[in-house]
Amino acid sequence: MSKHDRRFSLVLAGVAALGLAMTGQASAEDSITVVSWGGAYQASQKGAYYDPYLADKGVKVIEEEYTGDIAKMRAMVESGNVTWDVIDVDAATALAGCDQGFLEELDYDKIGQPREKFVVGGANDCAVATIVYATVYGYDAGNLPAEWNGQVPTTVADFFDLQKFPGKRGIYKKPFVNLEWALVADGVAQADVYDMLRTPEGLDRAFAKLDTIKDVAVWWEAGAQAAEILGNGEVVMSQAWNGRLYNAVKNEGRKFVIVWDHQALDFDFWAIMKGTPKLDAAYAFIAYASDPVNMARQSQFIAYGPSHADAIPFVPADVLKDLPTAPDHMPTAFTVDATFWGDNSEGLQERFNAWLAQ
Amino acid sequence: MQAPDPGPMPYAHEYGTRLMVSAAVATTGIMVDGVPLKLKLRRAERMRKLKAVGLVAPLFLFIVVSFGIPIVVMLFNSIYDPYVAKLTPRTAVALAAWDGNDLPAEPVFEALALDLKDAQKAKQAALIGRRLNYELSGARSKLIVSAKAAAKLETGPYKEALIAADPMWGEHGTWTLLKRTTRAYTPYFFLSSIDLRYDANGEIEPVPEGEAVYQAVFVRTLLISATVTALTLVLGFPLAYLLATLPARTANILLIFVLMSFWTSLLVRTTAWFVLLQTQGPINDFLFYTGIVGERIQLIYTRFGTITAMTHIQLPFTLLPIYSVMKGISPSHVRAARSLGAGPFYAFWRVYFPQTMPGIAAGCLLTFILCLGYYITPSLVGGPTDQLISTYVALFVSSAGNWGMGSALGTILLVATLILFFIYNRLVGIERMRLN
Amino acid sequence: MTLPVYASPIERGWYVLHRVFCGCLFLYLLLPILIIIPLSFNSEGFFTFPMPGVSLRWYQDFFGSDRWLSALQSSAMVAIAVTLLATTLGTLAALGLSRANFPARGMVMSLLISPLIVPVVITAVGMFFFYDKIGLINSYPGIILAHTALATPFVVITVTATLMGFDQSLSRAGAGLGAPPITVFRRVMLPLILPGVLSGALFAFVTSWDEVVVVQFIASPEQRTLPKQMYSGIRDQISPTITAAATLLIIFSGVMLTTIELLRRRSERLRGIRAT
Repeated sequence: MSKHDRRFSLVLAGVAALGLAMTGQASAEDSITVVSWGGAYQASQKGAYYDPYLADKGVKVIEEEYTGDIAKMRAMVESGNVTWDVIDVDAATALAGCDQGFLEELDYDKIGQPREKFVVGGANDCAVATIVYATVYGYDAGNLPAEWNGQVPTTVADFFDLQKFPGKRGIYKKPFVNLEWALVADGVAQADVYDMLRTPEGLDRAFAKLDTIKDVAVWWEAGAQAAEILGNGEVVMSQAWNGRLYNAVKNEGRKFVIVWDHQALDFDFWAIMKGTPKLDAAYAFIAYASDPVNMARQSQFIAYGPSHADAIPFVPADVLKDLPTAPDHMPTAFTVDATFWGDNSEGLQERFNAWLAQ
Repeated sequence: MQAPDPGPMPYAHEYGTRLMVSAAVATTGIMVDGVPLKLKLRRAERMRKLKAVGLVAPLFLFIVVSFGIPIVVMLFNSIYDPYVAKLTPRTAVALAAWDGNDLPAEPVFEALALDLKDAQKAKQAALIGRRLNYELSGARSKLIVSAKAAAKLETGPYKEALIAADPMWGEHGTWTLLKRTTRAYTPYFFLSSIDLRYDANGEIEPVPEGEAVYQAVFVRTLLISATVTALTLVLGFPLAYLLATLPARTANILLIFVLMSFWTSLLVRTTAWFVLLQTQGPINDFLFYTGIVGERIQLIYTRFGTITAMTHIQLPFTLLPIYSVMKGISPSHVRAARSLGAGPFYAFWRVYFPQTMPGIAAGCLLTFILCLGYYITPSLVGGPTDQLISTYVALFVSSAGNWGMGSALGTILLVATLILFFIYNRLVGIERMRLN
Repeated sequence: MTLPVYASPIERGWYVLHRVFCGCLFLYLLLPILIIIPLSFNSEGFFTFPMPGVSLRWYQDFFGSDRWLSALQSSAMVAIAVTLLATTLGTLAALGLSRANFPARGMVMSLLISPLIVPVVITAVGMFFFYDKIGLINSYPGIILAHTALATPFVVITVTATLMGFDQSLSRAGAGLGAPPITVFRRVMLPLILPGVLSGALFAFVTSWDEVVVVQFIASPEQRTLPKQMYSGIRDQISPTITAAATLLIIFSGVMLTTIELLRRRSERLRGIRAT
């Protein structure tokens, strides 16, 4: 063998080894892939479910994160190469996934919990609610702008009031909750909001109200960004999911204050990817996570409420008061209308994006 | 050298000198084995050509499969939307005979009811609704309701039953829309890409002012690309001139700096700008502490930030071709002009500058072409009104799941790019494309 | 560039102005990249100067995290595979293209170069559609295939450029002395064009190493490459760990650049094109 040939066969061996390394990544038997939204939220799931699951049942949860990318899910199911088993979805995705057939239809017997035990609207055909969260807004009490003259915002109308509370606003880059809040801030009664949004005039009115804060908006897309731009002073108040602000206060010593006015309650769901080779393991995991005792654990890691009625007694009282569902927070709260958004999210997102681009 | 004897070797003019000489010999000689030299040469030539083709073939096929077909698939997706046609075969046939004037007759309703029934059974009704929803807001849920109702229908009359399920079936516009969508090939996505749509009668009209967006985005893409190109030229030209006229040793060191920036990954450079432009970031720190600004200014998520970062990233692409052309310009030209009485600026402008034109054309075209496709940088440092067309392509395909729309916008961008590339190729020639 | 003695005061003014302008430009080119480096040693989690203190905690974060390490690993694996594939295919093609009588060279060359010109979002979207159909989506082979397509143009361009300076009579001399074509290639041609091939390989490596748009579309979260991890980090929660990763990448590309520059000089020396 000449020197060159030897080198050549070395290269070949290298390529072969590489190929083996790639195909050899077959996952171990006792594992399940659970996909969620990353950041503080996923960390709470790790603490509440993934780690205990390994300890109790010996099944390792492989964590992945995504940003609600429907196309990815659809492509995965259509290509038949399903590597995700359980997925944490929002209400709109739960509906779309069921309609378009990329989420498994759930058998509640296998979950071991009756449907009526879950919050209203929480037990869907293809997804079962796991937490109740709220879209709220907050400000940084440790860094109040001088222009506010010592006043602090207390209502959704204040979020839109640039005279009284000048400064940038952090806002979710989706129409959800924004359209509702715009109408509320414009003086529409809570009960009439969705009826109005179903009319063209109501939509125009909501967008017109949003126009008034468009110039001061900093748009965020991932949940963690909201706390971040508030913390680094990029904005003076930011819309956020309550748990993200709560955790910044609890874990990073921030002085964020949550404004509990017209908070929009919504759920996150567990769902199973259609075509997963680990269907039984997926059901077993959801059953474990939907057990009231286990579910109650999550509230200790993030201020989101359990979706199962029986779980509430297991939540410690000092945690309970920070949950979106605490009595103090409820007077003006409303639940996001899943049917409305199921029908209109696509069209309204397109209009919202067009509005953003102008 | 002229090509000799073009008769027996029709492509002789393409061959190298050596072959031409051999060909000239071939007109006289016959080899020992009895085969005419001409023939042998032609065979040898063919073998060489085959070998050359054989060497290129693997990559050629590879590119066609891994890159070419995907592009074709995307082009195809921009006009092909088969879901409704596939799911409503009976309705498609029935509607073909509809004159489009009044509401269709009972047989069409029956066809639709049967199609919806099947679609409901296959859990695909939502797909029809989704497509209709693109053009008729709210149609998605109405269709799902209708499909559920249709699944329960056993006998006619279907017309009343469907209209009862949802009044949209009693409207003329729904049917013109449905007829359009039962054709698998549609210009709809291209029309939308330039802010046009069908009205209720199937006529094309511009979309209302508040919702028109893509024309503006295309104009913005061109505008930002042109601005960045112009800036890189204004900044790059003097720098290239400096590099080309400095002594080689110094120039080489400075050139390394330019290349250093060229070689740093786009993502890293964008990250750098993302950090720099923060309101609490280093640039604002500097401006604030030196008292240049009284309070911190908004830099990130602005047009200014986007253009600054893009110019930074593209500067080497414009500069390097200009530099390599400048290096080939003899300094004696300007000296001669000066000695003939030209002033320094006149000599520079009339003698030196025209010679740099090929480099300017190459650099600017390259930068302009690359700018058209920018995605990462505007998405990280730009605001919503600074996004280029690529952002919308990505948005439609990945989060909205509207593949047709993403493909149509992408196709327009691709065509624009290819036209410019064609010009580039004509002007500069890809074979002269160099790295470093 | 020195000013001639007959330069007028205005000319001198322009000369100074030009120098100052270029000095500022170099700052513009380099500072944004260099400023990342000190920030990655910041002891606090934000990006302002003056830094409160110096620490290695973000590097600890980087090297202590499974995410970043596995990203580093998959990036390296993909990039190496891409380099091998792209260099082989690209070099062969360049050899063929440089033959004098290659048919329709312009057209073929345009096609081979086109992945470089087509906006990368379009490539990514097309690949997403097609790879989905053929089952390559969400897989390492898919990413390798895609990156190889993006990387080969660089190999073709650099090797073709090197071959332009290659004296074909050397191969003929080898053949005339009785060496079979393979030996001629290996013993005569390869050593001479090797610098070009290697710099093409480095370009291919870097192309894959830095690529972020295509992986966004065709990779699932399991195929986490370094740029993908960085990009999602910036969009999600910008922590200084990203500046640490960026610093490592800057150092890495610096090493790459130096290597390529040395190779280029060696190539010119071998081919007798002496830099002045």
